Amino acid sequence: MSKIIPNDVKWRDISPGGIITDAGNSAEFKTGDWRSERPVWLTDKCKQCLLCYPTCPDTSIVIDEEGKRQDFDYDHCKGCGVCKQVCPFGAIEMKPEGGNN
Amino acid sequence: MRERLSGNEAVAVAMRQINPDVVAAFPITPSTEVPQYFASFVANGKVTTEFVPVESEHSAMSACIGAQAAGARTMTATSSAGLALMWEMLYIASSSRLPVTLAAVNRALSGPININNDHSDTMGARDSGWIQLYGETNQEAYDNFIQAVKIGEHKDIMLPVMDCFDGFITSHAVENIELIDDDKVKAFVGEYKPEFYLNNKKHPIAVGPLDLPIHYFEHKRLQAEAMRNAKKVILDVAAEFEAMTGRKYGLFEEYKMEDAEVAIVVLNSTAGTAKFVVDGLRERGVKAGLIKIRVYRPFPVEEIAAALSKVKAVAILDKADSFNAAGGPVFTDVTSAMYGRADGVKAISYIYGLGGRDVKSTDIELVYERLLSIVESGDIGEIYNYLGVRE
Ligand code: SF4
Ligand code: SF4
Repeated sequence: MSKIIPNDVKWRDISPGGIITDAGNSAEFKTGDWRSERPVWLTDKCKQCLLCYPTCPDTSIVIDEEGKRQDFDYDHCKGCGVCKQVCPFGAIEMKPEGGNN
Repeated sequence: MRERLSGNEAVAVAMRQINPDVVAAFPITPSTEVPQYFASFVANGKVTTEFVPVESEHSAMSACIGAQAAGARTMTATSSAGLALMWEMLYIASSSRLPVTLAAVNRALSGPININNDHSDTMGARDSGWIQLYGETNQEAYDNFIQAVKIGEHKDIMLPVMDCFDGFITSHAVENIELIDDDKVKAFVGEYKPEFYLNNKKHPIAVGPLDLPIHYFEHKRLQAEAMRNAKKVILDVAAEFEAMTGRKYGLFEEYKMEDAEVAIVVLNSTAGTAKFVVDGLRERGVKAGLIKIRVYRPFPVEEIAAALSKVKAVAILDKADSFNAAGGPVFTDVTSAMYGRADGVKAISYIYGLGGRDVKSTDIELVYERLLSIVESGDIGEIYNYLGVRE
């Protein structure tokens, strides 16, 4: 029982007491579709100052091995807009999700 | 080893013999002596237990849950309002499948505030997912406590267990008791080896996460199964205990039930008084018997019904009211067990002894006389009765 508990698990096979036996699996839980607004990264304005990165509550601002900011992790970004607020260079814009946008 | 101990001291001695990893407790009458005696064992180096003196019973149970989840064998004691303050955490312990052991020294629940014995505290917790054992004497409180640890920690169970016994009557009265040797107790309960625990570096786990509708129901169903499994494990542990001590335990005790025509069902110390009455009635040729429930959760449905199917009339005595206008909790459980299994047996409810009201042999005699008149007349009369209240 070291896998993520599937949605169709039968009661005899579920983990006792609701414990999670596969530690650190929250990345498997895609929360991106909770967003009503999406942050958009304007690469031409970005100075790579990385002030946005530590403020994201969902670690959805991806940093590569060389320490460079990459695009958002839209599977987990919940669209809170904190990163937009902290960016000193206007390099993040919030756009509504869904509809014709 | 013959000793003279109060019920509280006997349980504290059982805890010393087991030497649990953690005890977290908050004092409340009449259970205070359990952690008090145990704290002296800690201070005197008789145990290696981490003793956590918390600031409330909610914290006591919370600390027990945290410790047990970490992989520690954990114990506590409480009564009445203390148990009530643990309420939320009782459910967390059972649903998280953490076999904490609790000495539940029965005392009336407020209000009005009262420090004396009845069963309104643990009866309220009867459906909290804890196994509940009830004991008549100091010996049974001690023996049940030791068995409770082994029952709760069994791999098919992993549920917390309450060892319930009567406040003052059992907790404070000093009786002769047979203690088991320390090393035998330790060998009997063995080491606590949970399959999953937080302190296991090799297999890290998360405990107590949010459980959404997609999984919650399956978790509750699995928890219910553990309670169903418990009946067999309780009997297996009792058999092992009997092999060690010669003292026999079952789901309930049947006293002179073989040919009984009238019977009383009762829990805890009142059974002693009632047995005395049964003996007197038997001398007069009356076929009276008694059932003393030891295992109340899980409830021994088929067994109780089978034991009562042979009698003509039974009175179920409750030292707690359900305030449901339909009899006490033991009455409703016993009669629902009898439905379809012991049909035709006349069953009546008596609420008795609330807030420590003395229960004399003459009170119990009245109940048997009532049963005999029901058998004679065939008329059940009033089903819901109060025994010993001033009319
Ligand atoms: S919008 Fe919020 S969640 Fe999304 S990347 Fe920015 S800070 Fe993170
Ligand atoms: S704060 Fe703005 S400028 Fe700095 S790295 Fe983030 S997006 Fe780029």
